[in-house]
Amino acid sequence: MFKKFTPSTDIAGQTPPKSSVQRSIRAAVLQQWKIGPETLEEIWPKKESLIHVKCREHISIYSVQSVPLFFQHFDGPFYPTLRLLHRYPSILPKVGVDRGAIRFLLAGAPMMCPGLTSAGGYLPPSEEALPKGTAVAVHAEGKEHAVGIGITELSTEDMRKLNKDVAVEIVTYLGDDLWALQNL
Amino acid sequence: MSSSDQQEPQAVRPIEVLYCQICTFPPEYCEFGSSLTRCKEWLQGARPQLFEKYYSDEALQSKIGTLSLEAQAKLEKDTAKKEAKAEAKADAALKKKMASQVSIKRIERNKRKHVTAIHGLEAFDIDLKKAAKFLAQKFATGASVTKNAQGQDEIVVQGDVSDDVLELMEGGAGPLKGVPADNVVIIEEKKKKASE
Repeated sequence: MFKKFTPSTDIAGQTPPKSSVQRSIRAAVLQQWKIGPETLEEIWPKKESLIHVKCREHISIYSVQSVPLFFQHFDGPFYPTLRLLHRYPSILPKVGVDRGAIRFLLAGAPMMCPGLTSAGGYLPPSEEALPKGTAVAVHAEGKEHAVGIGITELSTEDMRKLNKDVAVEIVTYLGDDLWALQNL
Repeated sequence: MSSSDQQEPQAVRPIEVLYCQICTFPPEYCEFGSSLTRCKEWLQGARPQLFEKYYSDEALQSKIGTLSLEAQAKLEKDTAKKEAKAEAKADAALKKKMASQVSIKRIERNKRKHVTAIHGLEAFDIDLKKAAKFLAQKFATGASVTKNAQGQDEIVVQGDVSDDVLELMEGGAGPLKGVPADNVVIIEEKKKKASE
């Protein structure tokens, strides 16, 4: 999504949304992420107004004090930016890929099932299985921090069963143009 | 989220993540970047403990982990290649920058009046808007950023200020810093005679 993103041409405008809209965004974020209201308050204080940065292809980035915090594609789920995820790693469920896949992930490729099901990969246990279309933090074998954020294309159970094709579509990864964008 | 049950709920403390000053990745991912050698140097200087953790022989051994030997060799080769490529690219960009020219053009508007168009500044990372504002203030005239016939941005200053602009660029004043004086040329453009 952010493999090619040039702020000067891809940003259409910046506006603060209405407070009622801000409230609904806050509620949606609280519902979608594993995050308490107090923690969200730290990241995005109530007094600070949110800025909605409209970009091409229905991408909306939301920033506080000109630091991008999270983004959304059309009406999809909210994804935190990778920098935010690094600071609060618990907000998204984790999946892990093996070492061989890191190279491809850093080029923006979607993650295939075998990379997640192999010895170096990690999938949540069956009790905590994730359905299709969940925003996940993609971690890498032997690394502490997440390398990317993606959305599951299959449920984690199906990934184990089928073990083929795309498992996680990557929306943002280390070193893409959103990563380069530290301030808006 | 264990401490949030008792008393009033507490906010989770953020983790402070160290980022590499060279490639902006967390240092554990430097090996996948395109400037590993420089990243290593930086980490060794800035955080020797971490350097030990990531690049000691032991760490390198364990990192290979589940990967086969050939895959590892290939990865290393790729990294080296990528690094060489990035360096070549940076070199080429620098060369291009050094070769690009800034032209100061004096354009006759009518017999006694001129405007000065400055073209090619963006190659030297100059904010055109700021530069225009600076020039306007300096010469107490109007200055604006406009698109020329080729669709490129240029600064147009009212009045004949070409020599003064050249002087300012040589002196590296304000936002006009970083333009090598050799790359600046002054051009004079007479207005084409209207068909009589």
